Amino acid sequence: MSAAGQVVSLPGPIPLSMRGPAPTRVVVGYGFWLFLLSDIIIFAVLFAAYAVLSGETNGGPAAAALFDKTHVFIETACLLASSVTCGFASLAVQRRDRIAAYLWMVITFILGAAFISLERSEFASMLAAGNRPSRSAFLSAFFTLVGTHGLHVTIGLCWLLVMTLQIATLGFLPMVQRRFFCFGLFWHALDIVWIGVFTIVYLGAR
Amino acid sequence: MTEEIEAQGRAPGISEHSRATPQTYLIGLFYAVVLTLASFWASSTDLIYAPGIPVLLAVLAVAQMGVHLVFFLHISSAPDQTNNFLALAFGIFVVGLIVFGSMMIMANLNHAMMPMDRLMQMQR
Repeated sequence: MSAAGQVVSLPGPIPLSMRGPAPTRVVVGYGFWLFLLSDIIIFAVLFAAYAVLSGETNGGPAAAALFDKTHVFIETACLLASSVTCGFASLAVQRRDRIAAYLWMVITFILGAAFISLERSEFASMLAAGNRPSRSAFLSAFFTLVGTHGLHVTIGLCWLLVMTLQIATLGFLPMVQRRFFCFGLFWHALDIVWIGVFTIVYLGAR
Repeated sequence: MTEEIEAQGRAPGISEHSRATPQTYLIGLFYAVVLTLASFWASSTDLIYAPGIPVLLAVLAVAQMGVHLVFFLHISSAPDQTNNFLALAFGIFVVGLIVFGSMMIMANLNHAMMPMDRLMQMQR
């Protein structure tokens, strides 16, 4: 990989060595991308713990007996739909369309909140049946993994609320647009983690 | 702005060249829905040889993650995305190391460990 070859292949007359630092938007996006990858590594550790411990039920209920697939399917649908509406909101923020941005943000928030309340009701019914995290290693790993994902979604909802307020008070400043753009990356990344959760935890249970 | 971005790399999710349109998200949604339905169907079907189902589920999940990366996060292997792509590759490498490494080591330890009842007898 020669430096000369790179310069020739790039568009524009200015050599690479003479260009200034990358624009803020690129730096912010790249930095946030690195954060997301490290966040995914946290989830990888929890997935590894779950994979190792999923059979250690200590006489308690096994995975296949606990989960309701219809419930999980609705949760998945909510999160997937909210990912797409978040993309639409992101496009609206980029073209400074206030009404469309609010509309898609509200829909995204409702879908995310529906996901969280479904997960809460699932956890509540499990706890009511005595299947606490302290019951077995499998349940500890389950509540840690799925709970961490739920916590991330909850934080994402708070962030979305803050972004709505910032667009209402500050308007579409480049700074606000960058923040919304990072929020979009966060939200899509959470959906990617959820693919792993529903495949390994819920559908892998047999 | 556009020229600058082309020259100095692009952040993930930014798509200046008409790549982020509502259509992109709708195409992604279509693929994601098909793959999700396939996963849920595969997990409860008896048409497929049962020990093969986890492999099928893994393939469908990886495919759906790819769809999300390409259509929602707009990650590609284009020259202006080299940094994002390399970071992603390193992330996948670490994730694989952690998950498969842990599973392999723990399975090996399990295999090497004396059965629990014998261990208890020895401790008495």
